[in-house]
Amino acid sequence: MNLVIIMFYLMATIALGSALYVAASKNLVRSVFMFFITLFALAGLYVLSLADFVAITQVVVYVGGILVLILFAFMLSGRESLAGLQQQPNRLISINKLPALLLAGLFFIVLVNVFLKANVDALGWIQQAVVQHNVITPTDVTINNLGVNLMTNYLLPFEAVSILLLMALAGAAHLSRKEEAAP
Amino acid sequence: MITLTHYLVVSAGLFCIGLYVILSKQNAIQILIGVELMLNAAILNLVAFGKYDKLNNAGQSFALFAIVLAAAATAVALAIVLNVYRRYRTIDPGKINQLKD
Repeated sequence: MNLVIIMFYLMATIALGSALYVAASKNLVRSVFMFFITLFALAGLYVLSLADFVAITQVVVYVGGILVLILFAFMLSGRESLAGLQQQPNRLISINKLPALLLAGLFFIVLVNVFLKANVDALGWIQQAVVQHNVITPTDVTINNLGVNLMTNYLLPFEAVSILLLMALAGAAHLSRKEEAAP
Repeated sequence: MITLTHYLVVSAGLFCIGLYVILSKQNAIQILIGVELMLNAAILNLVAFGKYDKLNNAGQSFALFAIVLAAAATAVALAIVLNVYRRYRTIDPGKINQLKD
């Protein structure tokens, strides 16, 4: 149990630290690769909260799909945009970023205050779940149950999301095709 | 034992970093990364609460749906970024000032 807590703090530190590096870095490629590390640390956090299948999907879809897509778009978008990017002073705190920093910081303070005051672990349905042994324990195998639930309870959202994925991929292919020379 | 509040605070941190990235960057791809950070914060919350729902697995199922939606949104957004770059030769959202040229 102690190791789990150490792993949680380690993963949370890696995730937040690399996300901060993404925010602070002036180099676009470096921030993309640090985002890669953030995603892996988040997959570790999902494993620690006993959602192995979501963690695997995170690695396959995000790291394998989205990040490669981002790198492709980055490599296709040419050198001029990067040249413009390097010129601006890009420290974490500068005068034209002060409003963004202020807004994010204040929002963080408000959120943390709400979470500390809400006392989430004493919510009614969570207490009820603990009493009824409805909590996932580390020895459970949840993937069977997840598949059965996807095909029964959540069949309508499943079909809707599959149609939306097809539409989005067809639309993306249509949008990014080479256009004929304009007359 | 790790309580739910720990997960909530970590995801609040990720969400606010994503908010900062969206508000302060001048590059469409970095803004997209900020959106993904915020989506990941939401997914972390879904997964953390999903631990207390063994029978219905609502949290984990909707975390999967959110991941798929993020993939679809990223594909469309990157196609739009490529189109914008082709027309304006820049992907700085502050310099794009018309919908059609």
